[in-house]
Amino acid sequence: MDVLVCVKRVPMVGGKVLVTADGQDVDTRMSGFTVSPHEECAVEEAVQITEREGGSVTVLTLGLPEAAEQLRDMMALGAHRGVLLETDGREWGPDATAAAIVDAAGELGPSPFPLILAGNEAADTGGYQVGVRIAHALGRPCLTGIKRLEIAGATLRGSREYRGAQEVFEVALPAVVTVKEGINLPRYPSLPGRLRAKRAEITVLRPQWKADGLRKEGLRVPAGSARRAQILGHGAAAVPALLDVLNGLGVLPSAVRSGGDAA
Amino acid sequence: MTGTDFGPDGTGAGGAAAGLGAGGGVICLAERDGAAIAEASLRALAFAASLAGPAQSVTAVVFPPAGGVGEPEPDDEVFADVLAECGATDVCLVRSAELTAYAPVAWARSIEQLTAADRASAVVAAATDHGSEVLAHLGAMTGLPVAANCVSAQSAGPSSWRLVRQRWAGSVLEDAVLEASLALLTVAADAVGQPAADGAASAVNGAVSAVNGAVLGGNGAASGVNGAESADRGLLSSARAGRRPSVRTVTPVLSEPDLVVRATESAEQSSGMSLATARVVVGGGRGVGGPDGFSALEELADLLGGVVGVSRVVTSQGWRPHRQQVGQTGTKISPELYMACGISGAIQHMAGCLSARHIVAVNTDADAPIIAHAEFAVIGDLNEVVPALIAAIRARAS
Ligand SMILES: Cc1cc2nc3c(=O)[nH]c(=O)nc-3n(C[C@H](O)[C@H](O)[C@H](O)COP(=O)(O)OP(=O)(O)OC[C@H]3O[C@@H](n4cnc5c(N)ncnc54)[C@H](O)[C@@H]3O)c2cc1C
Ligand SMILES: Nc1ncnc2c1ncn2[C@@H]1O[C@H](COP(=O)(O)O)[C@@H](O)[C@H]1O
Repeated sequence: MDVLVCVKRVPMVGGKVLVTADGQDVDTRMSGFTVSPHEECAVEEAVQITEREGGSVTVLTLGLPEAAEQLRDMMALGAHRGVLLETDGREWGPDATAAAIVDAAGELGPSPFPLILAGNEAADTGGYQVGVRIAHALGRPCLTGIKRLEIAGATLRGSREYRGAQEVFEVALPAVVTVKEGINLPRYPSLPGRLRAKRAEITVLRPQWKADGLRKEGLRVPAGSARRAQILGHGAAAVPALLDVLNGLGVLPSAVRSGGDAA
Repeated sequence: MTGTDFGPDGTGAGGAAAGLGAGGGVICLAERDGAAIAEASLRALAFAASLAGPAQSVTAVVFPPAGGVGEPEPDDEVFADVLAECGATDVCLVRSAELTAYAPVAWARSIEQLTAADRASAVVAAATDHGSEVLAHLGAMTGLPVAANCVSAQSAGPSSWRLVRQRWAGSVLEDAVLEASLALLTVAADAVGQPAADGAASAVNGAVSAVNGAVLGGNGAASGVNGAESADRGLLSSARAGRRPSVRTVTPVLSEPDLVVRATESAEQSSGMSLATARVVVGGGRGVGGPDGFSALEELADLLGGVVGVSRVVTSQGWRPHRQQVGQTGTKISPELYMACGISGAIQHMAGCLSARHIVAVNTDADAPIIAHAEFAVIGDLNEVVPALIAAIRARAS
C-alpha cells in the first residue's frame, strides 16, 4: 500500500521558550528543529505497514526549504520519498495547509494514496485539524488520536483511549488517520538509512498561500510565577526536611503522618 | 431519518444583541463523563457564557450516552441544573435512533444544524479529544477556521473576536483576531476556573465540584499561565447563572456518510490507578539511568499511594511504556504532589504537569529548568536521595 505521511518542521525548544523581538515567532537561534513525536510515530507506522504489505511511504511537509532536513530525517527512518511544499515562511492556516496537501497528493502520481497519516496535533499549533480537513476535502473517513492501528484487507481498525474506556473505530480504505505517540516505538535511523536519505531526491512543489479568518497578532511567553524552588538541602542530608514537606502535604502513609512539628 | 425539530422554534435564540450583528447566541458542547457532565465541558460552558451578551442564549448541547437508545435519560433533569449553574440558558438534548455511540461527524452535523436554527454566533467546546475532533469536523464542513486552545475571547464587533490562545501546549500564548460569521473555539483545559480568577469563576468551580464531586486542580504554575488571562473576564453575569434553563429535544437530520465513523466498541479499561488522576506522581527521567532504576521509584510511589510517571527520554529509550509518559505528547497529570526525579523540566514535559499542585524536584543540577518550576528541591543524586527517603519513611512507620 502507498502511504502518505504529513510532518511539520518545528523548533526543538528545551527548558525555556523565548519569543523573537518582533513577537511573531518562537526564537530558534538556540534550538534545532524536529517534527512532533506524533508525526515521527506516523512515519514509523507507515514504514511498518509497507514492510508487512509492500508499497511505499511518501513523507510530505509544507514549510521553508530548510524543512527538507526533516524529510531526510524521516527518510532515514525508512520513508521512500520526500515531498516539500515550499513556502516563504509565512504561517499557513490548517485549511490552506490541508488544501495544499490534497492538491499535492493528486499531483504526485497516478495512484492515489489509500492511506494518509498525520499527527494528531502539531507541536506548535496544537490545532487538531489538518488531518480532519484533508479527509473532508477528499470525502474520506478520518480517525483521530489513534494509538493502535490494524489493517485487514480494505478494512482499517483503529483504537484509542478516552476517559478510561477504549474506543474502537472501523472504516474502509481509503482513509485518513491521525496518530499519537505511543502507537509504536520509532526505530533509530540506521547508517545505510541515513546515507540513502542524504542522497535522496526531494520533490518540490510551490503551493499558493491563502488567508483564513484567523490572524496571529503576536506571541508572548506567559508571565510565569518567577518562583525558584526552596532548596531543602543536598543529597541524603536533605531527607529529614523532605520528609517534613511531604508530611505537610499530607501524602505520607497514615502510620507515618504526624502533626505540625514533625522531625 | 426521523422528522426534525430543527428550525426557528423560538425557544433557543435569544435574539440578536448589540455588538454581535445578526448572530444569536453561543452553543457549547457538553460532554458526558459517566453519569455527570465532564468538568472540562462545564468550564467550556462558563467560557461560552462569558461570550454571550445579556440578551443572548447560551445553549448546552448534550448527546446521548454511548449505548443509549435515543430515549430520555433519567439524569437529564440533573444535567439541566448543573448546566444552568455554569451559565446555560438553554439545554438541547440531541436524540436520534442513529446516535447510540460517539460519532464525530454526526455530532458536528447536529451542531451545524443547531447553529443554523439558533442563528448562533459561536460554537465552543472543551479542547478534549472529542471536543477538538467535533469542532475540527464542523470547521471542515463549514469551511470556517477553528481557533484551538483558547484561554480568553472577546467580541470585537460583528463577526470579529479578539482571542488569546495557547500554543506549544501552553508554553506560549498567542494574541489573535478571528473574523468569522460563526466563531469556532476550543477552550484550553486549564483556561477557566483557576484560583486567581474572579468570583464568578469560583462560583463555577463551586457548581462544578458540588455536582460532579470533582476535585479541582490548579496551582501556582498553572495560574501563572492562565490566571492573569481569566482574571478580568467577567465569566458569568450572576443574574442569569442558576436560572432555570429551557430544555428542548432535537433530532438531527443525518445521512449515511455522517455515520461512517463511530465508536463500535467501548469496553472499560481494567487498569489500576490512572496517571491522569493519581494524587501523587513520582516522576523519573533520564537521570534514573536505566530501566532497573525505576524499582526504587515504584517503591516510593507505592508508599505515597501514587504512581510512577516518566519523561519522554525514558519512553523513547524503551525503559518504561509510553502510557507512563507525562507531557505534551503524553498524559497531563494534576496530582497533589509531583516529585520529579532526574527530570530536567523541558517545556514539553512541564506542559503535562501545569496542574500539579505541588512540585518537588530531585536533581543533581541546581540550574536545571525544573528548579524554576518546582516549589521545593533537593540537589543531589536520586540514587542516594530516593532510597534514603524510602528508608526514612519506613523507619518512621515502624
Ligand atoms: C514536540 C515535542 C514534544 C515532546 N513531548 C514530551 C513529553 O510529552 N514528555 C516529555 O517528558 N518530553 C517531551 N519532549 C522531550 C523534551 O523536550 C525533553 O527532551 C525531555 O523531557 C527530557 O527528558 P529528561 O528530563 O528525562 O532528560 P534530560 O533533559 O536529559 O534531563 C535529565 C536530568 O536529570 C538530571 N540528572 C542526571 N543524573 C541524575 C542523578 N543521578 N540524580 C538526579 N538527577 C540527575 C540532570 O541534571 C538533568 O536535569 C518533547 C519534545 C518535543 C520536541
Ligand atoms: N505544514 C505542515 N506540513 C505537513 N504536515 C502538516 C503541516 N501542518 C500540520 N501538518 C500535519 O497535520 C497534523 C495536525 O496539525 P494541526 O492541525 O496544526 O494540529 C500534524 O501533526 C501534521 O501531521
